[in-house]
Amino acid sequence: MNTPTNLKYANNDEWINAEGVVGVSDYAQDQLSDVVYVEISVAVGDQVKKGDTIATIESVKAAADVYAPASGVVAAINEDLSNTPEIVNSDPYGAAWLIKIDVSDSAEVKALMDAAAYETYCSGRQH
Amino acid sequence: MAEALIYELSVPGRQGLRFPACDTPLADLPQDMLRQELPLPEVSEVDVVRHYTRLSRLNYAIDLGMYPLGSCTMKYNPKINEEVARFNGFAGAHPLQPIETVQGCLALMFTLQEWLKEIGGFAGVTLQPAAGAHGELTGVLMMRAYHQARGDLRRDKILIPDSAHGTNPATSAMTGLRVVEVKSDGRGNIDLEALKAQCDDTLAGIMLTNPNTLGLFEENVQTVVQMVHQAGGLVYGDGANLNALLGIVRPGDLGFDVMHINLHKTFSTPHGGGGPGSGPVGVSAALLDFLPAPLIAIVEPGTPDGDPPLYGFSTPAKSIGRVKSFNGQFGMVVRAFTYILMHGPEGLRAISEYAVLNANYLLSKIKGVYPLPYDRTCMHEFVVEGHLPGSDVHALDIAKRLMDYNFHPPTNYFPLIVREALMIEPTETESKASLDAFADALLKIAEEARSQPELLKSAPHNTPVGRVDEVKAAKELVLCCGIDVPRE
Amino acid sequence: MYISHTDSEREAMLRAIGVDSLEALFHDVPAQHRFPKLDLPPALTEMEARAELQAVSDANEPASNLACFLGAGAYKHYTPAAVDAILRRGEVYTAYTPYQPEVSQGTLQAIFEYQSLVAALTGMDVSNASHYDGATAVAEAVNMAYANFRGKRSKVILSAGLHPQYCQVVNTYVAGTPIQVSCASDPLASKPDSLIPQIDSNTALVIVQYPDFFGRIFDYTALAKAVHAQGALLAIAVNPIALGLLKTPGEMGADIVTAEGQALGIPLSYGGPYLGIFATRQEYVRKMAGRLVGETVDTRSGQRAYVLTLTAREQHIRREKATSNICTNQGLIALASAIYMSLLGKHGLRQVAELCYHKAHYAADQISRIKGYKLVCPEPFFNEFVIKCPKPVAEINEHLLEHGILGGYDLEPDYGLKKHALLAVTEMNTRDEIDALVETLSEASHG
Repeated sequence: MNTPTNLKYANNDEWINAEGVVGVSDYAQDQLSDVVYVEISVAVGDQVKKGDTIATIESVKAAADVYAPASGVVAAINEDLSNTPEIVNSDPYGAAWLIKIDVSDSAEVKALMDAAAYETYCSGRQH
Repeated sequence: MAEALIYELSVPGRQGLRFPACDTPLADLPQDMLRQELPLPEVSEVDVVRHYTRLSRLNYAIDLGMYPLGSCTMKYNPKINEEVARFNGFAGAHPLQPIETVQGCLALMFTLQEWLKEIGGFAGVTLQPAAGAHGELTGVLMMRAYHQARGDLRRDKILIPDSAHGTNPATSAMTGLRVVEVKSDGRGNIDLEALKAQCDDTLAGIMLTNPNTLGLFEENVQTVVQMVHQAGGLVYGDGANLNALLGIVRPGDLGFDVMHINLHKTFSTPHGGGGPGSGPVGVSAALLDFLPAPLIAIVEPGTPDGDPPLYGFSTPAKSIGRVKSFNGQFGMVVRAFTYILMHGPEGLRAISEYAVLNANYLLSKIKGVYPLPYDRTCMHEFVVEGHLPGSDVHALDIAKRLMDYNFHPPTNYFPLIVREALMIEPTETESKASLDAFADALLKIAEEARSQPELLKSAPHNTPVGRVDEVKAAKELVLCCGIDVPRE
Repeated sequence: MYISHTDSEREAMLRAIGVDSLEALFHDVPAQHRFPKLDLPPALTEMEARAELQAVSDANEPASNLACFLGAGAYKHYTPAAVDAILRRGEVYTAYTPYQPEVSQGTLQAIFEYQSLVAALTGMDVSNASHYDGATAVAEAVNMAYANFRGKRSKVILSAGLHPQYCQVVNTYVAGTPIQVSCASDPLASKPDSLIPQIDSNTALVIVQYPDFFGRIFDYTALAKAVHAQGALLAIAVNPIALGLLKTPGEMGADIVTAEGQALGIPLSYGGPYLGIFATRQEYVRKMAGRLVGETVDTRSGQRAYVLTLTAREQHIRREKATSNICTNQGLIALASAIYMSLLGKHGLRQVAELCYHKAHYAADQISRIKGYKLVCPEPFFNEFVIKCPKPVAEINEHLLEHGILGGYDLEPDYGLKKHALLAVTEMNTRDEIDALVETLSEASHG
């Protein structure tokens, strides 16, 4: 499991970086298996609250909602994902970013897990 | 060999059915409203019959062998049911005919309502819902309407155990209720502490499957019902597992307020490759006024000198309204009526006794080889884990390998609370020999899982097609072929 | 009775389990409620049951034995013999939902073909594997439109020409949701144009029927433009036989097409099981509820194969987040309609549609010549039309029935339209039947 140390992680397996870019973790893509569809349900300019649904990721056997790890205004969305959903599996921390948020309260980000805490959290969820 | 698509069999100029010439004068057609193309295939009757017959041979079916899908009650579908449902007086009746001309249909429906009331211990029954999930919707809408009618507007929470069918939460969400999951305890029952924490004045009710999807009778069922009632909530019963309870216990007697009954499970109407089903709903006296309209009723009583009553329609006082057009899945109602008529009270009880006998017998034969998460006497079905000590095969591999032994696999990966679940429901119509053969196949597969795991992972080997590429299907989305019509 | 255990087999099985009686298997059931005595009639043998069911059936005077001019959403059409011959194969009707594609290719390919035929018939891109009936298909269109706008648009406009039972079902379904349903009154005066002023930026869906409940044919192209100008969706509920002849809803700009599929070779069967047809445009495919079959290949030899796809939208995975709770659908009835559409094909469906059209126009023309009867709507119609009668419809229908004729649908209970009947004519009505209807109506007016 790949867990970059420059990111913060939420309980529901979202990551967010210092610029407010949001995606889902390697652990999440592995649990989902082959991703076949990504639907981003917010638009640039939308106000989102921490915990709002921002996207749905579907594999053949599962569907997962993605929640905003922090509040703010949506500054950008990744348009490429609708045509190439498989990059969620191959490059979850890079090309498969979902949205960028102009975070309104950096304390919300600070309160998220760091890489080490997230890894411990994930290993606790393994059967 | 793959079977061609019906469109690929099309040859310009062929036609499988012809109509007589028009015997009335012709009217002007509305020229500006006519369609230019009608891209349907052109095939003969022989083409069509051979095509669909060949397709049918690619299916597994109850008529070919055991179909032990947990939660689905794939019992034998009696042939007499098919014959009577096609009687002209039934199949040829228009749903809007004057009631005087369809007294047979109405009497039959009225009688089935009465019988289902008796079997389930309910005060009223509607036959309108088209399937189990549709019955759930009907039932939950009634629960909602009940609280609303009492001015109890805060009740928007519905409790659903973690072992429940997915239709339960989906249904609740459709009616605007807030779904709260309650977990199961170490014996597969509802965790009473978790339940207690949710019993407050926002509780609309609970949806309870009993026996639950682990095939276990809820040991605390009366306590659960009492707790929910005391909090002012109602108890919904998911009747998917009623095949364990006929003549054994009546859900109404246990305090269930509303329950749907799957005629296509418990009462032997065929599954038809995915439907039609039929999902009548029974209710306690508290919910009688909320039943969907119309119900079948006696509108004029019979006379002492032997004139039969007149059957017709009635509308309950606070009805939630209509949930389906016309009169429900009438053809399914005829089949279920016939089935009950041929069983009587003792026969119905025997159905459930032998369904439970078969499940426990099968469990006794594979216990010790397949891990059993909850070791109790099961009801009509049971759940084992599809991963075997000393092997890395999955439930899916075991399921697929069963096909090579000419069995349909059990339900797998459900309920979600059991790791690698294999959910097995043999039903009462399987003989001892058939259960022995199925158990032997499962035991043989367990051996293979250790000695030749690849055999399982690449299974099935003897079916018309192998495992299919589901990722390709979902990503490339080819959902129809209509545009490739051969043209002259 | 379909249990085959002998006494000795049962005893052997109980021994294997380790209990001494069947009763012992039920110790978890509360004792005071265990083994209730059911008050039901004693069991009959197959021979006796068949005779009893025959008697119940014979107590009906079904439309199949009458000259039938009753439609209103369910029609007496000819069912080709091959349809039922295929449905009665055990491999077809005793199979389950095709969750295991390796042993269900027959069902899967048949549904794929059904989806293809429905798309072709309606002029839409994709069809699902069916809903319960025409009414619930419309209700599912409402759910889909609401979900499509993520709850941000809550108004749904029903045309007054939509089947009254479909309107009732929609109203039942939306209880508990924020969806507001608006339905025009004065049905016979309503035209597609009269809906346009009601459409606003809160409108999720507009639903019309084609031909409408009163048989009228409207071109909804302008309505579709007006709906789309407000960013809303248009659903058209169709009579599938009419589409053998008429311009498709797809050409008119529909976003969703629903239909009661009973007319496609399904017996009247006192109202069910019927078939809810549901089709939409490609862009909405993931918002559509219900099962879908997709084409793919197998991993054994790469041969073409079919599988249920996009299942992650459905209740068994999405649970409370699914758009609909639908699970079991009308699989076997969808297959029946696919067989029907294949048998009739390109030319046969056009023929049956034309027969309905011509015969209905002959009937309407003849009836409008009888003193006291009037054809009510001036618009073009397909195979149903409204007549104003000189007497209450119930009285007239009683007289018709004495002559072996099943009269039209009385519009008074639903709409308060006194003495208005909706008559339907199909290919099954011979000229003799129509002439007899005209003759008997004429008598009824002075009787």
